Amino acid sequence: MPVRSNQFTRLDLGAMSGPNTNYDPVEVAVLRPAAVEAAVNDAVAAISAAATLDDLKQVRLAHAGDKAPLSLANREIGALPPAAKADAGARVGRARAVVKSALDEREAQLLIERDSAILVEQAVDVTVPVQRRPVGAQHPLSLLMAHIEDIFLAMGWRIAEGPEIEHEWFNFDALNLPANHPARSMQDTFFIEPADAGVLLRTHTSPIQIREMLKGELPLYIACPGRVFRSDELDATHLPFFHQIEGLAVDRGLTMAHLKGALDHFAAAMFGDGLTTRLRPSFFPFTEPSAEVDLQCFVCRGASVDNPQSFCRTCKSEGWIEWGGAGMVHPNVLRACGIDPDSYSGFAFGMGIERALMFRNGVRDLRDVIEGDMRFSTNFLGGVL
Amino acid sequence: MSWLREYVDIPASTPARDIAALFISMGFEVESIETPGSDVSGSLVIGKVMAIEELTEFKKPIRFCQVDVGLEHGGIRGIVCGARNFTVGDVVVAAIPGAVLPGNFAIVARETYGKISDGMLCSERELGLGDDHAGIIVLSTADAEIGDIAIPVLGLGDPVLDIAVNPDRGYAMSARGLARELALAMNLPFRDPAFAIDSSNAFTSEGGVPAQIHDTRCSRLVATSMSDVDCTASTPRWMRNRLIAGGLRPVSVVVDITNYVMLELGQPLHAYDAQQVAGVLVARAPNAGEVLETLDHQKRTLDIDDLVIADQERVLGLAGVMGGVNSEISAATRSVILEAAHFEGSAVAGMCRRHGFSTEASRRFERGVDPAITKIAAERAWQLLSDLTGARRTGQSDAGSIGQPHRIQATSDGITGRSGLSATPSEVVDVLSRIGCMTELLQDADDLPTDGTFDVIIPSWRPDLQAECDLTEEFARIVGYDSIPSIFPVVPAGAALTSMQKLRRGCDLMLTDLGWVQVMTSPFMDAGALTSWQLSQEDSRARLVRVANPMSDENPFMRSTLLPSLFAVLERNRGRGFDSAAVFERSATHQGRVASVASPPTHARPDVSVLATLDDALPTEIVVASGAAFGEHTCAGVFGKGRNWQWSDAVDAALSLCRVAGVSASATAASLSPWHPGRCASIVVTTQRGDVVVGHAGEIHPRVTESFGGPAGVVAFEVDVDALAALAAEQPWPSVGEPLPTSAVVKEAVALVVPSSVPASAVQKALRDGCGPMLEEVRLFDRYVGEQVPSGHVSLAFDLRFRHPERTLTDEEVAQMRAEGIANATRITGALLRGASS
Repeated sequence: MPVRSNQFTRLDLGAMSGPNTNYDPVEVAVLRPAAVEAAVNDAVAAISAAATLDDLKQVRLAHAGDKAPLSLANREIGALPPAAKADAGARVGRARAVVKSALDEREAQLLIERDSAILVEQAVDVTVPVQRRPVGAQHPLSLLMAHIEDIFLAMGWRIAEGPEIEHEWFNFDALNLPANHPARSMQDTFFIEPADAGVLLRTHTSPIQIREMLKGELPLYIACPGRVFRSDELDATHLPFFHQIEGLAVDRGLTMAHLKGALDHFAAAMFGDGLTTRLRPSFFPFTEPSAEVDLQCFVCRGASVDNPQSFCRTCKSEGWIEWGGAGMVHPNVLRACGIDPDSYSGFAFGMGIERALMFRNGVRDLRDVIEGDMRFSTNFLGGVL
Repeated sequence: MSWLREYVDIPASTPARDIAALFISMGFEVESIETPGSDVSGSLVIGKVMAIEELTEFKKPIRFCQVDVGLEHGGIRGIVCGARNFTVGDVVVAAIPGAVLPGNFAIVARETYGKISDGMLCSERELGLGDDHAGIIVLSTADAEIGDIAIPVLGLGDPVLDIAVNPDRGYAMSARGLARELALAMNLPFRDPAFAIDSSNAFTSEGGVPAQIHDTRCSRLVATSMSDVDCTASTPRWMRNRLIAGGLRPVSVVVDITNYVMLELGQPLHAYDAQQVAGVLVARAPNAGEVLETLDHQKRTLDIDDLVIADQERVLGLAGVMGGVNSEISAATRSVILEAAHFEGSAVAGMCRRHGFSTEASRRFERGVDPAITKIAAERAWQLLSDLTGARRTGQSDAGSIGQPHRIQATSDGITGRSGLSATPSEVVDVLSRIGCMTELLQDADDLPTDGTFDVIIPSWRPDLQAECDLTEEFARIVGYDSIPSIFPVVPAGAALTSMQKLRRGCDLMLTDLGWVQVMTSPFMDAGALTSWQLSQEDSRARLVRVANPMSDENPFMRSTLLPSLFAVLERNRGRGFDSAAVFERSATHQGRVASVASPPTHARPDVSVLATLDDALPTEIVVASGAAFGEHTCAGVFGKGRNWQWSDAVDAALSLCRVAGVSASATAASLSPWHPGRCASIVVTTQRGDVVVGHAGEIHPRVTESFGGPAGVVAFEVDVDALAALAAEQPWPSVGEPLPTSAVVKEAVALVVPSSVPASAVQKALRDGCGPMLEEVRLFDRYVGEQVPSGHVSLAFDLRFRHPERTLTDEEVAQMRAEGIANATRITGALLRGASS
């Protein structure tokens, strides 16, 4: 049974010799110039003869260590009469310097020799695969969502979330979509059994907006990411479940100009400096006025429009990419949440994240997004976000 | 385009693309601009069939026709034709040599079926006009003269805009409405076709069938009775062309006229065979159990909330949606009752929802039909019927009324304010007048005009304008959304991500670092996914939430666990040639019951208790992070042997997630499906309230692995991230405490023999407790089973690291602490020092 221990060895300081305090009138043999010179010659010869760094270590001990002739000579200087001290001290000092310099020089030389020989022998092939651990990767959608959240956090907005299964009051009624409103049929809704319970899979992340407004803390600036559900057949460009990011601001004095300002900032942060957005009149029950949001094409920036020579695949040479919907929050929505539409106004917008992944990061087939083929995540280097 | 030009003087030089751009700027989606016949060139002319020679020696009957195409096109030409829907004297469309038809199909004179065919007689499909290929186009003599160029006759060369109309703009679902919008966009005068029809001098005969309204959801019902209608008359080419351009299929002259008027004015109409109508035309709610077979041959049991048109005896049609088979116009019909009515949009929408279908008529009523146009449309249709079928009007009955125009009280600032645009009151009034609103400045108490507060009188065709905010949109739309400035909203100081949000991101990063690949798969689950799990009734994962109308009956459930999805993903990756895979997903899961709670009203914020009942109606939603893996973990290579993913990697992942949350957790032996009963750990967090299980990890039960066809040794974990977040929230702020001690460390080791049933964690805990506070770390570094220990026992070897906070410990002190640790392990777990005699 191995028992390891590691205790400090204490140095016995008392065993060391101090300076000689006895004045000896007799001349000390080791301090004679001839003896000093001989010691230096011996040392230099040994240094030159040292073939390896280990040899040199031994030479250093023998000729510069505590027991080396020159070291012993040095210790005897103290015993000389004061008149002789200076002369002997200078002589021994010079000799020790010569030895030290020879040692250093030889050491440097041997180091170079070792580096040029032994380390070369020890060379490895650094191109062999070094990755042995499994390599993980985040899903592109997850990376893009985090990127979008960070844009809104930097704007001073909060990230708000809510349940995927909702009561229809939050998903429809409170959003100015009463029971027989034609817009309810615009969205193909998944209902939860029992079907008449009014519980459904949210068709947008707008119910989060309702929940946040109901808290009554104004002003409100939130971004609402999340998965939403619509009963679309699954194919290369449609998914029955996908992710959205919606924005909502409720404050005093907000207008469509602020909506445009927020969208322009979002567009520039996500697609490139200087990019802008275009609003077109549209209809959503929960906003009035309502707008479609187009994004200036971040590839051609409009240069491909009417230019058959440089067709732009991203915007199909239209110069704009359909990005999402937006508008000023309908007063009925504010009322349902207990907010006085005469004092407060709000704007809201929303866009699909898978769609952005398609036109921004070149995803061609949405089935790749959901099928779980590991290559979809591992091939997508997070840095491109 | 030619239709729009009838009502707006569009400059001839304006290309269709510019018109489309104007519609887009006004809030319409232009799906496409197509010019039928733009790919037809050369001579396409009107000809008359002079003689037909039947060729019978071929597999199918072939005709060799002599067709007169006019002197300037070569007079009478011999043309071979395979169609049989024409006779001598018919007027047809001939492509003569030199013509090129769609698909770059060049017409040349060539020999076929033993004759020289000097051209071709064309069907609608061959000209890109429509799908009709049953026979060639046969025109009426009224449509064209022999030798005419066929392109204008067929309506070719006239650009067709396919425009999608948003649900709030029902008024634009007609040539009338679209032309009005175009005139507005171009700032040109609009000639309202409704004004061209004189309905004031209405037919006053009280003959014919009387109209009656027995339900307030019908505000107007005009029944026009006609006799001597020739239902076999052919629909003129110009009308057919416009119906086709409008996306409708020509049917018969009476139906075509009702459809044409609907496209022209936006008013849906319906024609009944008067022979089949008993006495009266009445709008009423159906009686319980009444059944109607609609024109699409569906027998529909009517709901008492429906609205129908009926006679004295039976239901004739679903109001504003579709008529019934029982009163359908046939070729033999001679007398017709034409219905023009106005129905409440929500009534029609409700019927469409209940019966699961919609029609051109219902889409218009749902979105709002101009209530002032009912009788005008009736008049227009009657004129066309009179002209084209020789109909004679025998009576007209008009029930109901148009109603008062809607008024909105608004201020100039209120209208402009939220648009981000500014304008003077007179500019606002001007914009409103352009969309057909009249404005009346309100008087104050002293009868003086107020500054910019007025009553806006909404035109009858704009039922969508309900409140001031609707006028804001109109104002911004007319001035132009492009004029709205861009102002970045200055936001009060914000907050960072919540702890929960940070935790979720941290989980993704941790699992990624550990070598797991994130996937995001379908939230729907296969009904049989959990069968092999043999879950007990008490297991909450068995309380599945079911979708009432799933995309596929195979996947009707919401997931209560992500593992079946991940197993499927492993199999998919294996099927695509990967020998190993490790995937994780972080997602919401659902379980529990759904309650039925009626929606509260929306005119004000519902009471807190009401909102709570809505939340209580929802099933439980839990965010979990789950992973599954198989195959090689560390790959074999130049550095040595590799190894496979094993149960411990799953436990490591689960414990690592707890570490992300800052929660101290440990693994405890557990037994839970779908894990291997001997290789399953529950992940336990000890709190003041007791132990909380936040997840499970280990190797998957072989029976489950076999059920999805997976390879042996699949490992998996599932951790409740919401529970972790809640536990993290209970933790005090992390505190480093005392300055880090720098005194010398003393390392010891100890090997203990225990029965195999004793978990290592219990021995480790006993050692730790026994050694006392100077034990800085204890770590199991070896686990030995073999000859050198008794059977049924295991040797556990631990590294011990002791450190005093201030000074170096003496050998005697360390030996004492080590001995106390061993003694405690012996007392609690029965451990014996290995090598020591017992």
